[in-house]
Order: sequence, then structure tokens, then C-alpha cells
Amino acid sequence: MSEPLAGAIGGPFSQGKWSMEALTTRAGMWFAMLVLALMAAALAHDAAFAAQMVIVAIAIGVALWWTLMGSQVDRFGNWLRPAHDEGKYDDDPIRWGVIATMFWGIAGFAAGLFIALQLAFPVLNFEPYLNFGRVRPLHTSAVIFAFGGNALIATSFYVVQRTCRARLAFPGLARFVFWGYQLFIVLAATGYLLGVTQSKEYAEPEWYVDWWLTAVWVAYLVVFVATIIKRKEPHIYVANWFYLAFILTVAMLHIVNNLDMPVSLLGSRSYPVFGGVQGALVQWWYGHNAVGFFLTAGFLAMMYYFVPKQAERPIYSYRLSIVHFWSLIFLYIWAGPHHLHYTALPDWAQTLGMVFSIMLWMPSWGGMINGLLTLNGAWDKIRTDPIIRMMVWALAFYGMSTFEGPLLSIKAVNGMSHYTDWTIGHVHSGALGWNGMITFAAVYFLVPRLWGRERLYSLRMVNWHFWCATLGIVFYAASMWVAGILQGFMWREYGADGYLVNSFAETVSAMWPMYVARAFGGLLYIAGAVIMVYNIWQTIAGKLREEKPLTTASYNAEADRPLVAQPAE
Amino acid sequence: MANEIPQVGKRVDDATGTETVGHEWDGIEELNTPLPRWWLWTFYATCVWALGYVILYPAIPLLDKGTEGALGWTSRGQLTEELAAEAAARAPVMEAVATTPLERLQEDAGLMQQAVAGGAAAFRVHCVQCHGANAAGSEGYPNLTDDEWLWGGDLAAIEYTLTNGIRHPGATQTRTSLMPAFGRDGILSGEQVNSVTNYVLSLTGEGSATAAGAELFANNCAVCHGADGGGLRQFGTPSLNDAVWLYGDSREAIRRQIFEPRHGVMPAWEERLDPATIRMLAAYVHSLGGGEDFVEAVELAAAEPNEQD
Repeated sequence: MSEPLAGAIGGPFSQGKWSMEALTTRAGMWFAMLVLALMAAALAHDAAFAAQMVIVAIAIGVALWWTLMGSQVDRFGNWLRPAHDEGKYDDDPIRWGVIATMFWGIAGFAAGLFIALQLAFPVLNFEPYLNFGRVRPLHTSAVIFAFGGNALIATSFYVVQRTCRARLAFPGLARFVFWGYQLFIVLAATGYLLGVTQSKEYAEPEWYVDWWLTAVWVAYLVVFVATIIKRKEPHIYVANWFYLAFILTVAMLHIVNNLDMPVSLLGSRSYPVFGGVQGALVQWWYGHNAVGFFLTAGFLAMMYYFVPKQAERPIYSYRLSIVHFWSLIFLYIWAGPHHLHYTALPDWAQTLGMVFSIMLWMPSWGGMINGLLTLNGAWDKIRTDPIIRMMVWALAFYGMSTFEGPLLSIKAVNGMSHYTDWTIGHVHSGALGWNGMITFAAVYFLVPRLWGRERLYSLRMVNWHFWCATLGIVFYAASMWVAGILQGFMWREYGADGYLVNSFAETVSAMWPMYVARAFGGLLYIAGAVIMVYNIWQTIAGKLREEKPLTTASYNAEADRPLVAQPAE
Repeated sequence: MANEIPQVGKRVDDATGTETVGHEWDGIEELNTPLPRWWLWTFYATCVWALGYVILYPAIPLLDKGTEGALGWTSRGQLTEELAAEAAARAPVMEAVATTPLERLQEDAGLMQQAVAGGAAAFRVHCVQCHGANAAGSEGYPNLTDDEWLWGGDLAAIEYTLTNGIRHPGATQTRTSLMPAFGRDGILSGEQVNSVTNYVLSLTGEGSATAAGAELFANNCAVCHGADGGGLRQFGTPSLNDAVWLYGDSREAIRRQIFEPRHGVMPAWEERLDPATIRMLAAYVHSLGGGEDFVEAVELAAAEPNEQD
């Protein structure tokens, strides 16, 4: 973490050794920050803030230790401080990112399974730290921001280097992005369990975590843009447009939705700038575009690189990629009000949210078409290549979710579906099917290349993972569709005499079998992910499973390097 | 080889017969396939539909307010209309329920049936939170499906309880009973509370009572709960000689209730519901199984205010 900082600002670090002054300055800086964090913990206005500052202090302590150890290069070997070689891609943060993706993925899936079981068996609510209200944001943040976010950061660093044929700019800043993002995740997650929340869905972390993430995200933008600027290719590849749209828009959304005033700089509470229905609109402008730019644009960027690479086929249509990119990012940003149908939000805003959502249907499908039809000429690989099968399945779920989204935004449909478990089913067919599957496929693609292995430990196990995950999604989505539609109709069911037929508690008990089926689906999905962790682990360990071979994409390690004016040193 | 800029250029892809654009990134090329027609036309169709919708419905924000749309539709207007239509459909029944004297309601089977249906719906919205979806209650919340009534189980008594509530703060006609905290306030010693507890348990054949317990009960409890512990409706006191226990049937629960009793509160629903709905709720609760007939229907109207003396 410290070498990179030095590299970023052109500091005194060279050939793996620190000058004494630089070391002293750097260690002193960390030490001063450590003292500040401990003072903040001691003077904190509430116990949760104190606990969070202790976590910050531990993180700074690790950085301080790292800095001091950094002076003893031979103790850690060169892999900690690789020589800066413009003729090689900078893959360390990507390797860490792949491992972090898998780690947080398992954590997030487990939290999801736990809260699914809590809904079926309320006795599992352990007060206060592990009740549903606290673990639910832990699950959503862990899967979206920790699992998805790490996958996006890692793949974006991988893809931008390959498609620009240039080594990552600002390696120090890139390492700050990785470690800073992990600190954000830890602070957010521990905060939820301690009861720290600003009660905005998918934006629960309080002001100090928001400020930290802002710093990390701006650094991410700088690294990404600077790498594009130093590219050796004449054009910017479509995946990078999508990554850039994702990074820029998420920065904007995050900052605007988290404009607030801390009650105290030593406390964990704040008050938002926007209140009432304005606050709700800003929140759902954020929330919907977190889906649009984090889970759609960002993952489409992954799709645009990994699908043609794995299929070894050209992208289906360059024109479609342009038209659907611009129409998608232009239309998505206005669709948020459809989360507030039939509320205090003025009718005109609800109308706009709905019509923009409808117009979004085809721009969203442009990505699916471009992904699926990239397989023209290689459709047989669905049968022979389990990674391609995962990608195709991801695109199919992407297409289903992006059809279902506009459907649910129609007021007449939304009047029935809103606040029901249909919404949960919709989100998970997208999250488990699209985001999960495309991430798994990308990680399976990356691991042998990043660790220099001949192939994955087992392609057959990729197949097992595929079927576990697919069955899991089927149980999950089907049970939530049934539950949601049942719930929506039970809520609004009027008898012939003009009175409501069901009490709320009756609708809850009617859904119990579906809640159990959903938890079972989640169990299958996490079982697939556990198989994946084993497979990845064995691959990194350099083992190959004895099995009947399956097809996968070829890899030329010699060609996988940046273009430099002079031959690499 | 690895470090030369690849010379790809435009070429025709064999598998599809389509020309590439000529760019190449890390081995990825792009075909120059035109936009799929069906995709483009569906996109146009959604845009045309959106335009039409924007003209017909409130959509464009102006300086003071948004455009109102050619149809003049508003979500609040729609809600008002739907509620008015529902109210109009129910009006004849509501009217009949409100104006029919209670003692006549049971005789009109059709009307009673409708009142029970309406009451059931209102019960699901307003009452299930405490009394449960099946009206069987739970600890501290009375079971409404049995024939154990604290304040009376005929239609008029139930309606009175619903209208005025129980111990509802600020409601002048609310039903009120207040058992003293015999232990906490030092009226009885801890030992005496144990004695009375034993005696109360013995009323249902649990354990054995002492003469001291019986005497304490007669001096302190019988005035409200009756000499036999059967409860007295004019005070809203529960019977102690049957198996129904509002706050639990264990020795500890009964002792706690003597030592420092809890007093449940039920809202006075006249503050929130119209008289017809309250009457329907009374009909529904009455229909659950434990409803009692009027003892002397003629005297009921006069008797009501005295219920809580």
C-alpha cells in the first residue's frame, strides 16, 4: 500500500528500497493518523462510532506496520514490490481483487441465506446484532458492493490494460483503491451490525464511511482515466465506455444522495440535506441508477470483454454497441421515479419515470443481443464450454430482468406488484442470474491467466457450479414470483360484499412455503459458489484434476502484454 | 510479435459473412452488422407510445406545476373516485346496519350476515394486531372466540366496549376496572400474596389452600371477583375458577398479577370508526362462537350507562 503511494507521486522509492527520510516521513504520517483515529475513538459520542474508529485505527496500524516492514525487502520477497516494468501488465491488484470477490461473495451469499431463513423461521433473529433489520443491509451491501464492486474494480483494471495495451497508470493509487475499498466494506458491514445506518436502501453507510468511499472512488476514476489516456490503441474499446459510465455516474449518484450534515464530527449520526418527498426522489434516483450503472453498465462492460474473449468471436455489431450504449445511459438516469408510484411524488414525475422505463427496454436488450449473437459461428460452444454456457445463461437472465423491469414500472402492474416479493424475485433473477453468473464466468476466465496456470483445476466442476446455481435461481425466482403475485392479489382481494378478504398476517402465513423454497434456492446457489471456491483454490495451488477434457478459450501468455515503444527490459 | 501493433483492418468474417469494422483490441474484433430492424422498430414504438402517454397524462414540469394531461387524470382523483364508488356500493348496507335497532339486527338474517362480513373485514384491518387473525387472542389480549366475557357478550355489551374502549385515556365513557397492586403497594405482605395465590389456584383444583388464604380472599378479593371467584361483569373482573387466564396460568403468572397487576388498554373505536362499522364489528365478534343473547332486550338501552359502575 505504501510503495504504490510512493510510485503514484513519483516518490523516493526505487528498486525496492526506501530512503531513510522517506521511510520516516511516511511512518510518521501513518503514526499521526493512528493517533487521530484513537483520539476519535476515545472522544466518540456514541459507542458505535468508537468501535468504527477502532477499526480504522487497526487498518492504519496495519499500514504503519507494512511501511516499516517495507524497508526490509528481502523479508517479503519481490512479489510485494515488483519492479516497475512498462512491458508487463500490473496484475497484483487484480489477483487480490479476484480473491476478494470470492471471499465477499461467499460472505454475502451466506448472509442472504441467513436472512431468507429468518423470514421463514423468525426464531433465528438474534437480537440486537443479528436481527433481520441489521443483517439485511449487510447482505445487500456484501453482494452488490463487496462481491460486485470488487469484481468490477478487478475486471476493469484487467480489461482497461488489455484493451489499451498499456500498463495501469498510478500503480500506487490503484493499490489505494483496492485496500481503501476493502476498508469501506468493513466499516459499512460492521456499522450495520452495530446499528449505524442512515436508513437509505443501498446507501445505508453513515457520513464518515461515505466520505471515505468518495475519496476511494475519485482515486479509482483517476487510475482508470489515466490508463485510457496512456493507451496504445487508437480507439477506446466499448467495454471501457461502459466502465467509465459506471465509475463516473456512481460517483455522481453517491455524492448527491449522501449530501448530509453530521450531527458531530465525533458521532455516527447525520441529517440529510434533502427531506420528505424530495429526499425520497433523490434516494430512488440513486437507488435505481445503482442498478442501472453499477449492476447493468458495469457488468455489461465485463460482458463486452469476456464474452468475445471466451467465445473467440468478434462482437456482433459495432453500431448496436454505440446506439445501445448512448440510449441506455441517457434513458436510465430518468427512470428512478417508478420506485415511487402512487406515493406523494407528483403525478408528472411518476409518469416520466414510467415512460423512460418503457423506452429503456430495447436499449437494455441491445447488450443482450450483442452478447448472445457474438456467439454466431460458435453456438456449439454452449454444449462444449461450461464458461460460455454460464455467460449465455447470464445474458438470458439479463434479458429477462430487463424485460421484467419495464413491465413492473407500468403503473397498473406496479399497483399490484409494489411492496410484494415479486420485487425481490425480480432483483434476484437479475442479481443471481446476470451479475452472479457473468462474474463467475469472468473469474473462471481470469484465474488461470492471472496465476499462469495451464487451465482451471476442473472445467467439469464449472459445470457442476452452473447447474447448482441454475437450479438455485429457478427455486428462488419461481418461489418469489408466486409469493409476490399471491401477496399482491391477497392484499387487494375484495369479497362480493365489498370488503377486504384477507388480513395482513394471513398473507404472511400464506407465503411460508415459498419462503422455505426460496431459502432452499439460496442454499443451492451458495453450494455452487463453494464448489467454485474449491476449484479456484486448487487452480491457484497449481493442481489439475484428472478428467475428461472440455473446451475452453486458448491463451497466449506471450501476447498478453502492453505495447511499448521499445522492447521490454 | 507480441509487441507489434497488429495489422488487422477490415476483413469478412467467415462464419457470418459479415465485414468487420477494422478495429482490434486484445484480439477482439467487431462486426459491422446493421442494427436489427425488429430492435430498432420496437425501440421507435416505445418512444411513440411514451410520447402519446406524455400528452395524455400529467408529465411535463412547468414553473408552478406539471402539465395536467389531455385526460385530466390524477392519482388522487382516481383514488377519490374508487373510494366513493366503494362507499356508494356499501351505502345501503351501512345505512341499514346503522339504523336497525340492535335487538332487531339478529332477527334479520340477511342483514346480520352482511354485518358479520363487514365486521370481519374491519377486524382484519383494526383488531388482528392484538387479538390475532383468528381472534383467539394471546397473553394479555382476550380470546374473542370463547364464551368467557369480561364485560358482557351480548351485542349491546360488545358494541359498548368497542365504542368506548377499555381504560382508554381521555374517553369519558370508557370501561374501567383497576385491581390494586396488593404486593407492590404493601396491602398484603409477600407471604399473604403467596397464600392468596394458593387459594386462587385451588379454585381450579390446583394444589391446596389454607384457611388463611381463604380468609384473605374473602376480605380482599371477593368484593370484586365474587365469593366463589366467578368474576362480576359490572366490574369487568375475570372469573378465577375456570381455565381461562388472560395473563397466564402458571403460579408465577398468577402471583405476579396479584402482586402488581397489569391492566390492558383497548382503544375507544368511536374516535376512528363510524357507528355502522363498529356495529358490524360487534356482530362479527358476536358471531365467533361465544355471543350471548340479550337477557332483557327492552331494558338494554337504559342499562348501558350503568355497565361500568
